[in-house]
Amino acid sequence: MRLKVEVSPQDHIQGPETAKVTLVEYGDYECPHCAHAHPVVKRLQQHFGDSLRFVFRNFPLNEMHPLAEPAAEAAEFAGTHGKFWEMHDGIFEHQSRLSVEYLSALAKKNGMDPQALADALSSGAFEERVKQDFMGGVRSGVNGTPTFFINGQRHDAPPEYDILAEAIEASKQG
Amino acid sequence: MTNILTPDTPAPDFTLPVTPDQTITLSELKGRPVILAFYPADWSPVCGDQMALYNEILPEFHKHHAELLGISVDGAWCHAAFAKDRKLHFPLLADFEPKGAVSKLYGAYHEAGFSERALFVIDKEGVIRWSYCSPVGVNPGADGILEALEKLTSEGTHAA
Repeated sequence: MRLKVEVSPQDHIQGPETAKVTLVEYGDYECPHCAHAHPVVKRLQQHFGDSLRFVFRNFPLNEMHPLAEPAAEAAEFAGTHGKFWEMHDGIFEHQSRLSVEYLSALAKKNGMDPQALADALSSGAFEERVKQDFMGGVRSGVNGTPTFFINGQRHDAPPEYDILAEAIEASKQG
Repeated sequence: MTNILTPDTPAPDFTLPVTPDQTITLSELKGRPVILAFYPADWSPVCGDQMALYNEILPEFHKHHAELLGISVDGAWCHAAFAKDRKLHFPLLADFEPKGAVSKLYGAYHEAGFSERALFVIDKEGVIRWSYCSPVGVNPGADGILEALEKLTSEGTHAA
């Protein structure tokens, strides 16, 4: 399967555009496997440096994870304040504490107005954005979380460090 | 892998239990598209398994007025517990007695004793228009189903 939605300035991106390899993750903030993959991605970024660009897209499984959607919308809210990655990291690093109160505390900690976040969540201001990510993922064959794409190609092997590092290295050479 | 029924084949009719005391008959759903999703077993130990994914995408299927039916050889009580646990909003049919009979009709029975991961999109006249069989270990996702439904919808619009 190939990624159908190209990386664009709409995306949340870490790493230079000139990077040889782009790693796209479709993830869910309440999914334990995604929390497990979070430090794996950090290690990959450290190892590959400027040759790796990382993109995170939302794929909340709401029926199973009731906090996945508010968490995704909170990260998007933070994104409009230039704090997407602070929120993203804060959620995954303390996933066991995930709650609406925790999202509010994270917003405050990163200099955002918790009331503005609460308003955005209740009005569904970022719902459409999250839905767009989700449907783009479905079209690209995302079938669970996390799903990774390496230079547009779906990574079907387990998302463990050694396996991903090897696949990225191969993509970098190729 | 087995040979599943191919497009343009009339979908074989069947009646299967959907709860311990109710059944669903395929031909009663004529008039709208039906998605049949055969899968190996309830309780696969992963987040975002195939049925959970379809549960999330259900509103997209409903936009095409399509009915989604999950089918495995698990019994109706097992399905009921699984559907409740995963909060599934679509029926799971029990191809339980005689075991795998409907899966076999569609060429979607694995000799090891369970249904293959086989997908069928049936049009409102009851004819299979798209089918796909994925290796048992690979969740086929939903993109193929959505493409098939879109094709049906656009054909319907043109014909009308």
